[in-house]
Amino acid sequence: MIFSFPFSRDSTRPVRAQPDTMNDRQRMVDTQIAAKTLAPSQNPPPVIELRHLSMSFSGVKVLNDVNLSVQRGEIHGLVGQNGSGKSTLIKILAGFYSPDPGAELFVNGVSIPLPLQPGQFRRLGLSFVHQDLGLIPSLSVTENFRMAELSTEERWWIDWRKEHRRVSATLSRFGIELDPTAKVADLSPTDRAVLAIVRAIELMDSELDRTSATYGLLILDEPTAFLPATDKDRLFEAMHNIARARASVLFVSHDLDEVLQITDRITVLRDGLVQGTVDSAQVTKEALVEMIVGRHFQALQVQRAGIARSTDAFAVRDLYGSLLQGISLDILPGEVLGLTGLAGTGFEEVPYLLAGVHQAAAGTLMMQREHYDLREMTPAKAIAAGITLVPADRQKEGCEGSLTVADNILLPVVSRYFARFRLDQRQMLSDVRRRLDQFQVRPPRPELKYQALSGGNQQKALLAKWLPMRPRLLLLHEPTQGVDIGARQDIFRLLRESAQLGCAVVCATADYEQVATVCDRVLVFGRGGRIVELAGEEINKERIIEQCYMLMG
Amino acid sequence: MTVQNTNTLPPYVQAADKGTARYRTLLADNLERFGLVAVWVLLILVFGVLRPETFLSAANWEGILGSQAVLVVLTIALLIPLNAGDYDLSVTGVLMLSQMLIGVLGAQDKWPLLSVLVICLASGLLTGAINALFSIVFRVDPFIVTLGTGTFLQGIVFWISGSNTISGISTTLINLVAVDRFLGIPLEFYYGLFLTIILWYVLEFTALGRRLLFVGRNRDVARLSGVRVGRVRCGALMASGLVAALAGILYAGTTGAADPVSGATYLLPAFAAAFLGSTTIAPGKFNSWGSFIATYFLITGITGLTLLGAQTYVQDLFYGGALVLAVTFSQLARRYETSRIP
Repeated sequence: MIFSFPFSRDSTRPVRAQPDTMNDRQRMVDTQIAAKTLAPSQNPPPVIELRHLSMSFSGVKVLNDVNLSVQRGEIHGLVGQNGSGKSTLIKILAGFYSPDPGAELFVNGVSIPLPLQPGQFRRLGLSFVHQDLGLIPSLSVTENFRMAELSTEERWWIDWRKEHRRVSATLSRFGIELDPTAKVADLSPTDRAVLAIVRAIELMDSELDRTSATYGLLILDEPTAFLPATDKDRLFEAMHNIARARASVLFVSHDLDEVLQITDRITVLRDGLVQGTVDSAQVTKEALVEMIVGRHFQALQVQRAGIARSTDAFAVRDLYGSLLQGISLDILPGEVLGLTGLAGTGFEEVPYLLAGVHQAAAGTLMMQREHYDLREMTPAKAIAAGITLVPADRQKEGCEGSLTVADNILLPVVSRYFARFRLDQRQMLSDVRRRLDQFQVRPPRPELKYQALSGGNQQKALLAKWLPMRPRLLLLHEPTQGVDIGARQDIFRLLRESAQLGCAVVCATADYEQVATVCDRVLVFGRGGRIVELAGEEINKERIIEQCYMLMG
Repeated sequence: MTVQNTNTLPPYVQAADKGTARYRTLLADNLERFGLVAVWVLLILVFGVLRPETFLSAANWEGILGSQAVLVVLTIALLIPLNAGDYDLSVTGVLMLSQMLIGVLGAQDKWPLLSVLVICLASGLLTGAINALFSIVFRVDPFIVTLGTGTFLQGIVFWISGSNTISGISTTLINLVAVDRFLGIPLEFYYGLFLTIILWYVLEFTALGRRLLFVGRNRDVARLSGVRVGRVRCGALMASGLVAALAGILYAGTTGAADPVSGATYLLPAFAAAFLGSTTIAPGKFNSWGSFIATYFLITGITGLTLLGAQTYVQDLFYGGALVLAVTFSQLARRYETSRIP
């Protein structure tokens, strides 16, 4: 495989003249003829073109007559909110979903019948890199790189030195220096992302060679969500080198600044419809946000840093977690505070750090003149201090499914029922029954196993476990995930009642609708520890989403 | 008044509400709970019919109930960490050390019985503490830790005994354990029964028992609910060491000697009894009454077959088979239960 870099956007890298370019070009022309392309040779067909792509789930149109085309040598951005249809589109290309009839797909000008078979994308010259990268941390760079081939080839002996050299050579072709013997776990997140991308290219290339197809498409599905901003330039350089050679890139991301920086064109999806395909050089970030949100962008009227001036407030200072880098915020008793943002901003960590479930690297919490070092916080200490956490994962961290509702609900306070040398079962059952009625858990039967309840009732039961303890600080993460409409309303009501009784409620969620409905104050988290506070009229779904995107640069 | 849509209830609850199917569900549940007891009674009947003179004799039953009390106590030792989700493979090591300490310190060096007993129990607690240190503080899998400590203790047993069997165990102990009787059954049976009752009490009727249950089923939930998981596990491993040491004391009293090898053969039978016991009385939980019945069920089976002329290898067949069947049965039962839920 020979690559030539005739068009490098970043001209700091010297252009290398490659031998055999004539043979390479000849081969490309031959395969073009062989593939019976529709377009004349001066105007090469788009690498991929989707026309009239629609997809419905249970009658709801998730994609509505979407047209998308990615040209050769192009880095094409795909942006849109969660639920806009981006991931569905990607999954259709991966062969995971079948679109509605009437959709058309052209790869390099050749019509391909839909739906795609799982794995067929490889033969078409498509390659995916997902957010989790698909690398095995305990293995080396070479092992990860050659994973697919080494495990399927019938070899009795693997010459590791040769493999290392091959990998080094391949990486250097893209201008990347990595030690092939290094363990992936020791690499920085950016290096890992680069490795995953180069591997995807290699796999695509070997497939292109085998099938004599012409041009490939690399689909990057939010690979940068968890990368530090400073390292991204290396990644983008690698992507440029890749795009000019044998593949275009379809780049999905929430970070609009990075999308504007690296892409040539951007397609915006909203509610399954294409809002437009724009030229990256000519569009502004605000215009993009408007297309994503669907509302005319207005500058924020009030912008505050999230620190309220009240002596009653619970003060969190300098909180450091795995994603959070020194944030501070205040929580007022009697309010419902919403924490939100896009993936990778760290807002989801806050409840777990405050409750001592995940260890904070640093941070302090001041509650009514009591001072807590969050590095020392444990769940037991938090409960003793009046801090309770309702985690997102009900089955894994909330309650144990194979045990009864009664056992689960009373676990934090079970010692209170020990009187006269035995647990007072009758009192326990009647207390649980009362709680179940109060929290409208159906059916209100304490002896049922927890896993027998429906999702909404499980969540209400989980609240019935913690709320009656009258915590000072109630932390929730995704409290209405997987919960039906009726139960959602019940849960919103319960949260507001708690706040009215003087509890400080913190709700970390990516559900913007919920944030807008139930919260008094909202803190939107962005990259680099930036937080914007929204209050009053500013709390609406569109404004929240707007801020999520604006803070990502 | 809240309107309850019965279609949202899980099917077996609906059936129970409808009354007619209620009888069926109750029967199914009780079959599961007392199935093993029924099979045990059946076994007794069968052997009783085949060999009435020997099987139903008082001597036979004294033997079954009396001498196998060691297994009952050892199984209880195992049950405590099993409830917390940890395997303790060092129980037989502790048993053998205890037994040998009685032999060496009591019989050979003629120390007073009471001090020797205290030292035995202390050795059990210490082993439990060491197991806890490696399992909880250093986060090594307790299966591996206890396998190691158990083997280590066996080495110590060989060392202090000089690879000899020591006889001449204190007659006070032998009397207290195997000779003195109440209602015709040796006292050790009652020690086993007593411990079974205590464990049952702790697991069912105390807050600690509830916390232990959660630590074993779902450590994350326990931790987030404020349970001090590390302390519970540590306590469980130390209690296991203590009770295993007690089993060793009873073993010394039963055999009247201290040998460096035979104690090790109790490991698998104890696991078999624990797992088989979890299928009965309180199915799905490692419970003490279940193990009690399971132990005697297994012994009855082996004794009966031996009286019918089977060779001693029938023991291994029984224990091995019972362990596999018990675990399979409880897996199937659990899967069936979860499949009934919508």
